[in-house]
Amino acid sequence: MARVKLTVNGSEVSREVEDRTLLVQFLRDHLGLTGTHVGCDTSQCGACVVHLDGHAAKSCTILAVQAAGASVTTIEGLADGDRLHPVQAAFREHHGLQCGFCTPGMIMTAVDMINRHAGRLDEKTVRHELEGNICRCTGYQNIVKSVLAAADEMRPGLSLSGLQAAE
Amino acid sequence: MYPTTYHRPSSLAEASRLFAEAGDAAYISGGHTLLPAMKTRLAAPENLIDLRHVPELRGIEVTSENVSIGAGTTHHAVSQSGAIRQAIPTLAAMAGTIGDAAVRTLGTIGGSVANNDPAADYPAAVLALSGTIITDRRTIPADAFFRGLYETALEEGEIVTRLSFRLPEAAGYAKFRNPASRYPMAGVFIARHRGGEVRVAVTGAGNDGVFRVPEMEAALARDFSAGALKGITVSPAAMLSDIHGTAAYRANLVGVMARRAMENLGSAVAID
Repeated sequence: MARVKLTVNGSEVSREVEDRTLLVQFLRDHLGLTGTHVGCDTSQCGACVVHLDGHAAKSCTILAVQAAGASVTTIEGLADGDRLHPVQAAFREHHGLQCGFCTPGMIMTAVDMINRHAGRLDEKTVRHELEGNICRCTGYQNIVKSVLAAADEMRPGLSLSGLQAAE
Repeated sequence: MYPTTYHRPSSLAEASRLFAEAGDAAYISGGHTLLPAMKTRLAAPENLIDLRHVPELRGIEVTSENVSIGAGTTHHAVSQSGAIRQAIPTLAAMAGTIGDAAVRTLGTIGGSVANNDPAADYPAAVLALSGTIITDRRTIPADAFFRGLYETALEEGEIVTRLSFRLPEAAGYAKFRNPASRYPMAGVFIARHRGGEVRVAVTGAGNDGVFRVPEMEAALARDFSAGALKGITVSPAAMLSDIHGTAAYRANLVGVMARRAMENLGSAVAID
């Protein structure tokens, strides 16, 4: 067992867990943050993507103890109260989902992607960057549309941290 | 996953000591090969020694002769490094084609080289760029490092600390991806070095891991152009054969990817 302390969505958390606990299990089973999904368990589908110290990472492929001391953002940490994050709003507006299972990972990947490219994205880049996120319903069309719309929305007001991450 | 005990050393010496004392231990860095293997119980080390917090494995240094990259450097960091992009653009571009963006956040160059997966990209780069593997014990030239599928010259407990690459005059990389796994079914890294030596290294295709193609190297040393590769084939007898592609198919891919690498010098292309 290990005492794991980390920052999740801005709050410090601490839990006693088995060393073999994956970060995604820690988030879902120990913190009750079930927005982060497990789709494949083989690091391929991207349903479990969270931000680890500001960068997209697959939470099924890192142990919670490895992440100790880090800052993690999950889908639950994006919205500002009732105000959706621009990427969440764009997925709703453009219907970038059907069953919704892959959506949290898609959105976390999209936020990271938009930050890294400073909001300057085209369709080809978005499709390429979605390499690590699998959707079985939509055929990706509306997901791509949502990401591009969110990028347009975010570009003028990109946060300083977003611009730094892009460098 | 079977139970395991996690250790987080903060120096190279501590990591090495923990490994020796722990028994049935494995080093973990990005963990993007080891953790999937542990989840499927193909690997079950009783102790994990985390190298992500060892300062000796960090840093990128570029001189007029070499690029030296700390083994703990992530694929993302290599792909985004301005210094590497300028010195060996093909190497940075290749790092940017590994896995996907989230995988590149954690996966490291040292882990990839130490694991020597027959379909990993880095072994081809290390071999073609006449790289040097620096460990906590010694310095190993690339030609003596890779020893077949998942086998390397590393001794029990030895830690790769840095990778050093000779600056080439020109280099190119092309790979054809498996449509499902996205690992290369054939990836060819070509580099022309100062003095005229050309090295051609192939990953993903060989049944004994990464390998060089002397016939292509000789032809390209005489005439460094895609046309010089015409008619040169590799033997299917040395290729992997599985449900994704026969040995003959992979042998053909090696020739095609070599040509594509020559047509895309200064970059890395991933073909679907």
